[in-house]
Amino acid sequence: MSRVLSRRRLITAGFGVAGVSGLAAANRIASRYGLIPPDHGGIYGIGETLTYASQRILMSHHSLAREFNRSQISNVFPVNGDPPQNPAYQRLLRQGFASWRLVVDGLVSNPLSISMAELKRYPSRTQITHQACEEGWSFIAEWTGVPLSHILNLARVLPQGRYVVFFPFDESWDSLDMLEAWHPQTLLAYAMNGQELPTPHGAPLRLRVPRQLGYKSVKYLSRITVTDTLKNIGKGLGSVSPEWGYSWYAGI
Amino acid sequence: MRHTLFVRATHWIHTAGFVALAVSGVAILLAHPRLYWGETGSVGTGSLLDLPLPFVLVGQSGWGRYLHFLSAWVCVINGSLYAVFGLSTRHFGQNMAQNYNVLQRLTYLVVVFALFPLMLWTGFAMSPALTSVFPALVTILGGQQSARTIHFFAAGALMLFLLVHITMVYRTGFAKHLRAMTTGHVASGKERA
Repeated sequence: MSRVLSRRRLITAGFGVAGVSGLAAANRIASRYGLIPPDHGGIYGIGETLTYASQRILMSHHSLAREFNRSQISNVFPVNGDPPQNPAYQRLLRQGFASWRLVVDGLVSNPLSISMAELKRYPSRTQITHQACEEGWSFIAEWTGVPLSHILNLARVLPQGRYVVFFPFDESWDSLDMLEAWHPQTLLAYAMNGQELPTPHGAPLRLRVPRQLGYKSVKYLSRITVTDTLKNIGKGLGSVSPEWGYSWYAGI
Repeated sequence: MRHTLFVRATHWIHTAGFVALAVSGVAILLAHPRLYWGETGSVGTGSLLDLPLPFVLVGQSGWGRYLHFLSAWVCVINGSLYAVFGLSTRHFGQNMAQNYNVLQRLTYLVVVFALFPLMLWTGFAMSPALTSVFPALVTILGGQQSARTIHFFAAGALMLFLLVHITMVYRTGFAKHLRAMTTGHVASGKERA
C-alpha cells in the first residue's frame, strides 16, 4: 500500500513539475507571438487565452470571412443602442458631417486627418457579409468602404505598433490586433447596401470586422490610434467590452 | 466491477464542466430566446420557434459567454482524454459490454461519439473566425442560424440524457453509485445506471 502511494505521489509530483514548467514555457511563447488577449486575467482569462491563441494560429494566413450574393441580403437590419447624444456629434450630424475628419495618430510616422471626400477617393472595397450580434440574431448586408490596411499604409505604422485602437463619438472604444487590422476585409465603411451609412448604423464612418461578432465593428468613428500597449487606455483591458463584462476577442 | 481512478476523475470533471456549460448556455440563450433556420434571423423576421422565455438583456450573456468558453475547454480537454483512454483500454468495448444492456450502451455511445461532437461542431459553425478557415463547417448545416438551432436541440437532448441518467442512478441506489463513482468502492448489487 505504501509503495503504491509513494509511487503515486512520485508520479503526481512529476506531472506537477512538468505541468508548471510547461505552462511557463507556453506563456513565454504565447506572449512573444501575440497569443495572449488583453483580458487574460482571472479565471475566465484561461478560456479566453486558449480560444484566442488557437484561433490566431489557425487564422494566421488571413482566411476570408464568407461573402454572399446580393439575393441573400436581409430585409431587416436591427441595431443596438442610440447614436451619440453629445453636442459635438449632434452638431456634425446636423451639418451632414461636412467638417468631420478622421484622425489617425499614435505610433505612425505620418499622422493623418482625413475628410470624407478624401476617404471616398481612396481605393474602395464592397463586400456582402454576415453580421451576428452577441445576443444571437444576425443579418447579411453589403458594405462599402476603404480597407483599414490602406489607411495604415498611408500613415506608415511604426514597427513597434501592436494594436489599432478605435475611438468613436461615444464611449464604445475598442481595439484590434495587427492580424485583424491588416486583414483585407477589415473596412472603414461609409456605405451600406449602396446608400450612405444610415445614422443608427454608425454614420459617418464605422469599422467592419466580419470575422468577429458585431460589437467589434465600432460605429461613429472619430479617431484611430496605433499603440504598442493597451495597458494605459481605459482599464487596460483592450476595449470597453471587458469593462462591461464582454470578451475583448469576439471571433467566438 | 470497480470504476478506475481515471474514469472517476474524468466523470466528475465532466460533471462540473457540463453544469457550467448548461447554466451559461441558458444565460446566453435568454438574450434572444428565438430560433431561426438558414443564415440569418432577428426580431422583425420570421422565426422557426419562439421559446416561451423572456428576453433578458442585463449583461448575463457577457459572463455567460466567458463561462461557456472556459467550461467548453474543460469538457473538450477532459472529454478527449476520456475518449483516448476509453479506446486504448477497451473501456468502451469490454467494460461496457459486461455491465450494461444494449440500450444503455447505445445511448452512452451516441452521447459520447455523436451528441458531444455535434455540440462542438455546431458551436464552431457559429464562429465567423473559424468558418473563415473552414466554411464547410457552417454551409453543410444550412447557415449560421441553423447551426445555432441545432446547437440548442442537441443541448436539449443532452439535458434529457442527464435527466434519465440521474433517474436511473437514483432508482438503483443513489448513495451506492455516488460512492462507487467517487471512491471506487465496489457495490455488491448488479444493477448499474
